[in-house]
Amino acid sequence: METAIAFWNILKKDIHNYYLKPPNISWGIIFPLSWTLMQLVRSPGNVEIIELLPGLMAMSILFGTTSMLAVTITFEKRSRSFDRLLLAPISISTLVFAKLSGAIIFGMVNAFVPVAFAANFADLSGTYWPLVIIAVFLIALTSALLGLLIAVSAKEVFEAQTFSNFFRFPMLFLCGLFLPIERLPGILKAISFCLPLTYGTDTLNGAIRGSSIFNTSFNIFIMLMFSALLFYLCHRNIQRNWIL
Amino acid sequence: MEIIRVTNLKKQYGEVLAVDGISFCVREGEVFGFLGPNGAGKTSTINMMIGLSRPSGGQIVIDGIDAVKDVKKVQKIIGVVPDENNMYGEMDGFENLCFCAALYGMRKAEREKRAKELLEHFNLAAAGKRPFRAYSKGMKRKLTIAAGIIHDPKILFLDEPTTGIDVESARQIRELILGLKEQGKTIFITTHYIEEAQRVCDRIAFIVKGRIVKIGTVSDLLNDAVRGHKLSLKVSGSLNAIRGELETRFQNFRLEFSDENSLLITSKEPVALYPVIQWLDSKGISVYEAREIKPTLEDVFVKITAEKAKVEV
Repeated sequence: METAIAFWNILKKDIHNYYLKPPNISWGIIFPLSWTLMQLVRSPGNVEIIELLPGLMAMSILFGTTSMLAVTITFEKRSRSFDRLLLAPISISTLVFAKLSGAIIFGMVNAFVPVAFAANFADLSGTYWPLVIIAVFLIALTSALLGLLIAVSAKEVFEAQTFSNFFRFPMLFLCGLFLPIERLPGILKAISFCLPLTYGTDTLNGAIRGSSIFNTSFNIFIMLMFSALLFYLCHRNIQRNWIL
Repeated sequence: MEIIRVTNLKKQYGEVLAVDGISFCVREGEVFGFLGPNGAGKTSTINMMIGLSRPSGGQIVIDGIDAVKDVKKVQKIIGVVPDENNMYGEMDGFENLCFCAALYGMRKAEREKRAKELLEHFNLAAAGKRPFRAYSKGMKRKLTIAAGIIHDPKILFLDEPTTGIDVESARQIRELILGLKEQGKTIFITTHYIEEAQRVCDRIAFIVKGRIVKIGTVSDLLNDAVRGHKLSLKVSGSLNAIRGELETRFQNFRLEFSDENSLLITSKEPVALYPVIQWLDSKGISVYEAREIKPTLEDVFVKITAEKAKVEV
């Protein structure tokens, strides 16, 4: 019970202090909206909004989740308020799960902003929503873990932002959002198969547009494997870097 | 009864040995001071004791619990006030305290009651709904201390509690520390301010370059440090003309003349003042002030660090 109280209050504090701040709310709305408009303007001919939706959802989660978690933890470490959490009689895992939960919720909410827009212009009746939710959760989970991995390594907020971009932009261009994976040159195609976002986007494509490269179960399995690997790396680095 | 026992504790950062096999114990209900210059190993030691850092060697037992293996058990019974005010700037005082209480698993009604009590106790009730970032330095320090005791810990670790705050707030904090001691709390305090340690601590350990060089009660340390007696005299006439004569007449004393009207007498035995006054009077010089110079912890500290430096040379 004591652990549950601590977990809930860390989560509530993060949502209140960081995620519900006006700049983040506006980021969650403006970012997907501007990407949608950009795609519509630059695409030759008539591009269907439904074609853009999986990519926009994946991108909204990736950008929101990784940067928020990396920046907030680095910020708390810098101001030493993070020591307060490390000194609490709760396990590091509880602390990490509470931090991850905030980022995952933020990422999932961000993902449905483009859906809310798209619902006004496209027919989403063919969408298989349970799978969308699973895919959104798994993308948010892997992105949050990536953000955590960055947060564990970064000492300064600017470092966290730099590292985030280092991971995010290659993922963005190689996961099939802008260029179909089949059209990527050999080496880039190989890299794209090493990125969790590739499988998340593919699952979303399957659930929303009904076309995907891989089988859904395979995508989910790979995403879970990425999550386990990232969690292991985070846990190992936390033990090394947070308790010196 | 001892509540903290540290044995042969070591901390190495790469090539640097920050803490070099220190051992000490802290008794239940006492205020234990940990003093030393910057970089002496104070914060490294405290961080290992509270679980923010892993020892490279040695043992820490707090209230019978192995603090290296069962760090989370120890963290339940300790409160920590770090050297920086690390509360959340965007949250108000009341929210900050409630949040800290929640980290210890306290239920809503209980934590709100305790937060209100502490805000009252620390004279912060009027500022309870103000964001922490809008607090003055003294208020921030007090709230950080309040957060350290929100869960009513048995042992409180205070790292530089009065650094960077005004005289009045520092005085209030010293009173709070003594108040906590009266409640039976054990307090482990690190400070740069030797005078502050002298006022609040029962026992003190001096750490220099990762090693404890002296440990004892304040009075023991003072007695050890300055063996002898010092007396300062202010006189009406000039001592310059009789300086040699004075030194010959009182050979048992070491005499220092800071100016022509001042004399500092140092002696192994208590100084018999009357013969000095009488002799000076016979030379036409009146003594208008005589003051015993008592040693301070600062003298002890300077002596210890100087001795340590000599040994290393």
